[in-house]
Amino acid sequence: MKLSAENLTCVRGGRTVFENVSFELADGEALLLTGPNGAGKSSLLRLIAGLVEPAAGNLRLTGHDSDLSIGQASHFIGHANALKGAMSVQENLDFWARFLGGAEGSQSLEPFALEAHATIPAALLSAGQSRRLALLRLTAVPRRLWLLDEPTVGLDTASLATLVGLMERHLADGGLIIAASHVDVGIAFKHRLELAGRRAAS
Amino acid sequence: MNHLTALVKRDLKLAYRLGGGAGTAIGFFLVVVTLLPLGIGPDSALLSRISAGAIWIALLLSVLLSVDRIFQADHEDGSLELMLLGPVSLEMIVVSKTFAHWLTTGLPLAVTAPLFGVLLNIEPGAIGPLVLSTLIGSPALSFLGALGGAITLGVRRGGLLLSLLILPLYVPVLIFGVSAASASGAGPDISTPSLLVLSALSLATLVLCPLAAAAAIRSHFR
Repeated sequence: MKLSAENLTCVRGGRTVFENVSFELADGEALLLTGPNGAGKSSLLRLIAGLVEPAAGNLRLTGHDSDLSIGQASHFIGHANALKGAMSVQENLDFWARFLGGAEGSQSLEPFALEAHATIPAALLSAGQSRRLALLRLTAVPRRLWLLDEPTVGLDTASLATLVGLMERHLADGGLIIAASHVDVGIAFKHRLELAGRRAAS
Repeated sequence: MNHLTALVKRDLKLAYRLGGGAGTAIGFFLVVVTLLPLGIGPDSALLSRISAGAIWIALLLSVLLSVDRIFQADHEDGSLELMLLGPVSLEMIVVSKTFAHWLTTGLPLAVTAPLFGVLLNIEPGAIGPLVLSTLIGSPALSFLGALGGAITLGVRRGGLLLSLLILPLYVPVLIFGVSAASASGAGPDISTPSLLVLSALSLATLVLCPLAAAAAIRSHFR
């Protein structure tokens, strides 16, 4: 599987967020997006997921089931955790596993050590715990491309180590990761892309 | 199909737990129908004459007050954009979510409408047509509401704007719903043709509103 972007330009609300962004990412490779606030890291991830249309440029994913869009082949961990406070931790994860991947039954909360909280409403989780629950979608549904927007926000050291372990295993299995982060996540990124405000970057 | 049943179940669960379930809708319906005789006086002949219209307007208001629930909360917590990355098309997501809304609002109200009709001194012969018309017409209310909810997606406190957008679209449903519910009194019997038009409206909204709502949601994210 290979993801290639050529001269992507993103315009939001009449403002050019970034232009001429190109990169290539193959199996088992990771790309780190860096840049100041507002440089367009999140916009680029949303654009790759297909939530935003590029104003110009091409985005292609080759070597996967061509019936699926890039978004349908990827996990998108955005700023919002997409959790329902009125549902329990287990119900939240099971819903997304079933909706996104068609997986039956209850999913394991073990990777991020939330099994003790399985039955409490997600509204009672702390910010870090909510993040961990959102990140559990990565293990519950197998998808090749991971789009992670500030995945480390709110995570404690143990959870961060878990996330790094998951990402390393995903890469070893031939998966692709694009992460936007201000801090060094802790895995070896083969590619780095610095988005520098309105200037072109590559 | 598995994906969509999961979605419908989740929406039903959430509606039930967040107090947006059948009980709340029926409670609201009851309050409106009770207020009406207090407002226009205890003239039972008059109440009987307007009962079908009053029930339809109460139904319309209860649907209107709850349609923002279909997308708003999911939009705010990021669930909606995640749903766009699921294996089912956005149109089918809209259909499922609207169906869940109808199950918690339109359906319970249509089923209990005869009880409230009694409060308004409805003629016994008019109960059957009333249930039939509310049952057939209420999906159209939910689907039109879903369209309004999708269009006002990013608008905070968009309730008033939503009403302004959808209420005009409710006019045909209301007209044919009421005339289908009215037992044939004087003049030619127009309840059967009205019922057919009402069915057509429901079917048309079932097909067209999800397309339009999905387009509105997509353009909102762009």
